[in-house]
Amino acid sequence: MVNFIVRRFVHALFLLFLISIVVFVVIDLPPGDYLTSRAAELERQGSQNAELQLRGLRERYGLDRPLIVRYWLWASNFVQGDFGESFEYQRPVKDLIGDSLLLTVILSVSTLIMSWVIAIPIGVYSATHKYSLLDQIFTGVSFVGLAIPGFLLALILMVISVYVFGVPIGGLFSAGMDKVPWGIPKILDLLKHLWIPVLLVGLSGTAELIRIMRGNLLDIMNQQYVQSAHARGSSARVVTWKHGVRMAINPLISLIGLQLPSILSGSIIISIVLSLPTTGPLLYRALRVQDMYFAGSFLMLLSMMLLIGNFLADIALAWVDPRITYQ
Amino acid sequence: MIVSKSNPTDSPVEPVQANVAAGKDWVSLSQWQLIWRRFKRSRIALVGGIVLALFYFGAIFANFLAPYDISTRFTDQIYAPPNLPRFVDDQGNFSLQPFVYKMKQTINRDTLEIAYAPDFAQRYPLKFFVKGDPYKLLGLIPSDIHFFGTGEADVPLFVFGSDRQGRDMVTRVLIGSQVSLTLGLIGVAIGLILGSTLGVVSGYFGGLVDDLVQRFAELLLVIPQIPLWMALAAILPVTWSSLQVYFGITVILSLLTWGSLARQIRGKTLAMREEGYVLAARAAGASHWWIITRHLLPNNASHIIVVATLAIPYMILGETALSFLGLGIRAPMTSWGVLLEEAQNVQTLIFYPWLVIPAILVILAVLGFNFVGDGLRDAVDPYSR
Repeated sequence: MVNFIVRRFVHALFLLFLISIVVFVVIDLPPGDYLTSRAAELERQGSQNAELQLRGLRERYGLDRPLIVRYWLWASNFVQGDFGESFEYQRPVKDLIGDSLLLTVILSVSTLIMSWVIAIPIGVYSATHKYSLLDQIFTGVSFVGLAIPGFLLALILMVISVYVFGVPIGGLFSAGMDKVPWGIPKILDLLKHLWIPVLLVGLSGTAELIRIMRGNLLDIMNQQYVQSAHARGSSARVVTWKHGVRMAINPLISLIGLQLPSILSGSIIISIVLSLPTTGPLLYRALRVQDMYFAGSFLMLLSMMLLIGNFLADIALAWVDPRITYQ
Repeated sequence: MIVSKSNPTDSPVEPVQANVAAGKDWVSLSQWQLIWRRFKRSRIALVGGIVLALFYFGAIFANFLAPYDISTRFTDQIYAPPNLPRFVDDQGNFSLQPFVYKMKQTINRDTLEIAYAPDFAQRYPLKFFVKGDPYKLLGLIPSDIHFFGTGEADVPLFVFGSDRQGRDMVTRVLIGSQVSLTLGLIGVAIGLILGSTLGVVSGYFGGLVDDLVQRFAELLLVIPQIPLWMALAAILPVTWSSLQVYFGITVILSLLTWGSLARQIRGKTLAMREEGYVLAARAAGASHWWIITRHLLPNNASHIIVVATLAIPYMILGETALSFLGLGIRAPMTSWGVLLEEAQNVQTLIFYPWLVIPAILVILAVLGFNFVGDGLRDAVDPYSR
């Protein structure tokens, strides 16, 4: 088991290194750099000698050195926790990231937990009461939920919420609460606002889980050992949960690793639509102005989160299913 | 199931009657005919197929079906609400021919809110096959006949309302569908070629080749997709024409989806590799290339089609998301995502909710593809009931 963990960890580190190269190249690809777009912006605003001003800055930021040198500068600083300075805001990236990454993690993890908490009972009910009215309804809803993309639903929900409730949805905190230091009131306020984004991000994942859970449980309930349990006189609930669901859950755990990327991506775009103070809007802005250090750091941090998530999911899977460790 | 080409008289397209007339009490159907039969059994898949057929029909004949050209502006009718043709006028008289009223614009001096009220003075009947803005159907056939319209140059017909610049939403939705619906097809085609080739090669040869391809695919999967798409789309040079951007987006989307295609096909190939006929072919002296192209790929064909059909909505959503964020298709081209970009904030949506109509269409298209894909998946599996 320890062997397995070490192997996965080394694997993850290697992937991280490769990702850093890809991220850096991607960020660096656009012709010109932050300063050229800044010069264009300044010129548009009427500044005369934009090019002159920025030439000095270009040397300072080291933007005229070759690619490998720039990559090495960036990567070596990154590992020490210095994410560079944002060109646009003229402040260290570390300060600007602030709470946004934490909130992204909270959003993603809550979505994951919520999707499981909702999907498992519904899936079990659907399987045990196959073709009942509720089952049909759940199947229909989950089918539609699979197809509707979160951000479009967010858009439609925004319209509905204003027309029906008179209150626009959006934001993770009530006005002003985001500046308050962390404490119980802030957490409660967050929870009050969190459920809509969580619902939107987790919709398709939940729908998929329900369908798979239902299918798995249906397959398992036909197995021999379930019949034996019935014959032994165990109550229906014990048979369903202790024997059926326990076995059905195994393949689902491997799904966690696959769910994480889509939850993360979904949260990015939905937070842009709903203007949540998470990574999405910041990354978006950084990409549009080619704020290289800012955007690159975000991509790296997001990839790291994904790798950590995958790593934990792999360990959970190995813990539950001992066959995996011997691959 | 390999289609038999060995016996030419065993024509699979012979109708049942001909076979019965010839004294045979059986009929042989090709693999694809069998699949079609099973597909027809799923009503919901058929509904999805019909919806998709309607959408693509609309896309092909968009220029004709739309009442205007996408750049035609009515600057005195911006943000007009949907103006549906009526059958009953304000005095309760019924008219068989639908008509519209001209909408009068009033701007509230204090809030700058734009409101419209119908002008009951004159009825403008809805006419079909009217002369309007010139266009080229499919880019080739010049014409200026539009399917419906008012026929009057200064009385616009906004069945879905108008946007910020007074352009008709029906027109923009129809022309936008051309981009939204075709980009997915092309992107999936590219991803298909890349993915199925690499998947089969990877599964068949195994070993180092397999490892390399899988590592590469895994690498692309670990980077969160939407941020990576955003980054790649932001890279497309500002100076590119909208057509170049169109193809750029297609390539980006397909590059990042070939991975899952390759993985699934690799799995199937790994299973098929050990089958008897492959060994027999090797023993008979067939080259690897022959086995791959003549045996493995055709046997994978039905699954490839299912996977492709289910990948198309993913692409459509990807393009919609990118354009919605302003990173995708650029003017003068338009797509559903670009249309939704104008509906991005709550303020706009509160006052002009009809701008969200393209979202509903995207959802319908995605649902359609999902239903058809699911139906296909059940139909190609010979063991499903």
